Amino acid sequence: MPWSDPCDVPGTLRLLTPQGERVAPDPAVPNGEALASLAATLDAERLLAMYADMSLTRAFDREATSLQRQGELGLWPESRGQEAAQIGSAHALAPRDYVFPSYREHGVAHVRGLPVRELLHLFRGTQHGGWDPAPHNFHLYTLVIGSHTLHATGYAMGIQRDGDVGTGDPARDRAVITYFGDGATAQGDVNEALVFAATTNAPVVFFCQNNQWAISAPSTVQSAVPLVERGGGFGVPSIRVDGNDVLACYAATATALQRARRGEGPTFIEAVTYRMGAHTTSDDPTRYRMREEEEHWGQRDPIARLAALLRAEGVLDDEAQARIDAEAAELTAGVRTYCRSLTPPAPESMFDHVYAEPHQRLDAERSWFRDYQSSFLDATAGR
Amino acid sequence: MAITTDIQTNATGDAGRPTPSTTTLPLARAINAGLRRALEQDDRVMLMGEDIGRLGGVFRVTDGLQAQFGTQRVVDSPLAESGILGTAIGLAMAGYRPVVEIQFDGFVFPAFDQITTQLAKLHYRSQGRVRVPVVIRIPYGGHIGAIEHHSESPEALFAHTAGLRIVSPATAQDGYTMIQQAIASPDPVIFLEPKSRYWEKGAVELDAEPSGDLHRARTVRAGRDATLVAYGPSVATSLAAAQAAAEEGRELEVIDLRSVAPLDLDSVVASVERTGRLIVVHEAPTAHGVGAEIAAAVAERCFYRLQAPVLRVGGFHTPYPASAIESDYLPSLDRILDAVDRAFAA
Repeated sequence: MPWSDPCDVPGTLRLLTPQGERVAPDPAVPNGEALASLAATLDAERLLAMYADMSLTRAFDREATSLQRQGELGLWPESRGQEAAQIGSAHALAPRDYVFPSYREHGVAHVRGLPVRELLHLFRGTQHGGWDPAPHNFHLYTLVIGSHTLHATGYAMGIQRDGDVGTGDPARDRAVITYFGDGATAQGDVNEALVFAATTNAPVVFFCQNNQWAISAPSTVQSAVPLVERGGGFGVPSIRVDGNDVLACYAATATALQRARRGEGPTFIEAVTYRMGAHTTSDDPTRYRMREEEEHWGQRDPIARLAALLRAEGVLDDEAQARIDAEAAELTAGVRTYCRSLTPPAPESMFDHVYAEPHQRLDAERSWFRDYQSSFLDATAGR
Repeated sequence: MAITTDIQTNATGDAGRPTPSTTTLPLARAINAGLRRALEQDDRVMLMGEDIGRLGGVFRVTDGLQAQFGTQRVVDSPLAESGILGTAIGLAMAGYRPVVEIQFDGFVFPAFDQITTQLAKLHYRSQGRVRVPVVIRIPYGGHIGAIEHHSESPEALFAHTAGLRIVSPATAQDGYTMIQQAIASPDPVIFLEPKSRYWEKGAVELDAEPSGDLHRARTVRAGRDATLVAYGPSVATSLAAAQAAAEEGRELEVIDLRSVAPLDLDSVVASVERTGRLIVVHEAPTAHGVGAEIAAAVAERCFYRLQAPVLRVGGFHTPYPASAIESDYLPSLDRILDAVDRAFAA
């Protein structure tokens, strides 16, 4: 089967070749030179930080996958291959911006400062959430595909009402970003979110990680046109970027967020990337993917690409790599210990937080359950 | 207590005699007044929905509110129910108190996912860290001769989902008071407005602060022989049935539940303990419905006091029928009296 790289389509922003060399943007990319200039402002320290974040995310993801294989997690959605899209976009965020993730945004969580081990509660089945969204402006993972893009849009409408856009004050202006996949673009909610965002000029960035597979169905099942073309129909300016190019992802997202904070409305970003692993640990991609495709993308690994650049520019040396490797080892060891420390909560906690105020039905059921449990002679027998 | 068929009550319990602070309003205007007061008292309150702005909503419940409060607080939404609910959730997370209008009961289903998988569960999933105080106003029920999808009673579908509160006012006073309480609630509230009662007038005390328990049932007619439990549009029908039964010598107690979830079962049980008979009346289909829930709960708690099986009078297990025959589908005065007869024949 003839096979072509979807990132080779003209008009796709790429600032770093698969071999890790800086490249001028395709002339068909709107404002390409400005985007390239923005990426060029990333200094060595920042680039090395991005590389470390990508490496740590990969290490964490690998560890979590192992934990699932060992029965410590019920499920794990791998992020391998999508590190450039996540880390590049997340580095463009300001602390005051708010993130509405899907369920695979482990790298974004890491950049936001959320200890990634907290992501495990959901997948170990000890909580439906697991972290407080407030300190890092990082909302809970969302499992119903695309539903959170509306929450992001509504939240952005709230920011608008608060007067926190277009003031020119960087300490006040803020924006929202929402992450979703190519499959989600088929959902009504994502399309409704684009309608609401466009018609209200809401400060929200739609960041679509087109990893080319919605479980076993390719993007062609989700859309008859390149996904980036969807935005235009809603009146939302759109850009297609090489999602394995961290520079392009950073530049496109930073520009879109700046637009949103200035009060100029939403942007749609299609980051064309590749899910190198399975959809989740329950999936078996060998049933629907060809080896040729996986091998092709294996050579376009976003981490190797950035490493090649940083080696060539003298930013990354063996010493720095060893430091990052040690940090990764420390992180994964901590994750493993933390994961095993997550024990089931008290059964009675299932009644907590269903409502913000007392609810007589729930109170009665809790009371019954408490009596039932305490009726056992052995206090632990009812568990 | 005064026995009336128009179920007007006011703070004094002296139905029909206005006090200085009391005025008479149709239910739709009373809800409008309640919305206005909530908008005045809290800048975070905002209304969203299809055609609620310049038009004032298809039932004019929001009439004049956009002119008074502006387009940012009374928002004409795109025609997208899931979008309305989903953005309301985001706005609530951002600190606002959105009150959304679903134009008709049958059009809530495109938003069903946002209501049941998102709105109902965010507080739980976040361990109480995220609050989503969204009110969903739904004109519901039949009796208005409408076409398909304009007359449904979907309350049981929502009552089955933990995390939601579901209430329905039957009087103008409750319309005024309960909408303010629903907006003040930190939990999501589905506010079912009986559209067949929108134009029914009642006394409303506009100056009083909303007080009392949003989820407490109210006995609207005292009686000793059997209990009728109803809510929303069925309260008036049940009162009419009780009036007719009284002429035949049977004194029926009528309870307006006011709240579908949670249910004030204590009030129902207390009444059944006295009367020994219970008939539940609602417009929604009886199969798997709110009446079934009440019947089961009362059977559990009053089995030895019941002198007859608990009976249900409601819609059939059919789609809501064409309006030309809706009166045969809906619980009518005669069908309620027939159930009463069966309860006494048992």
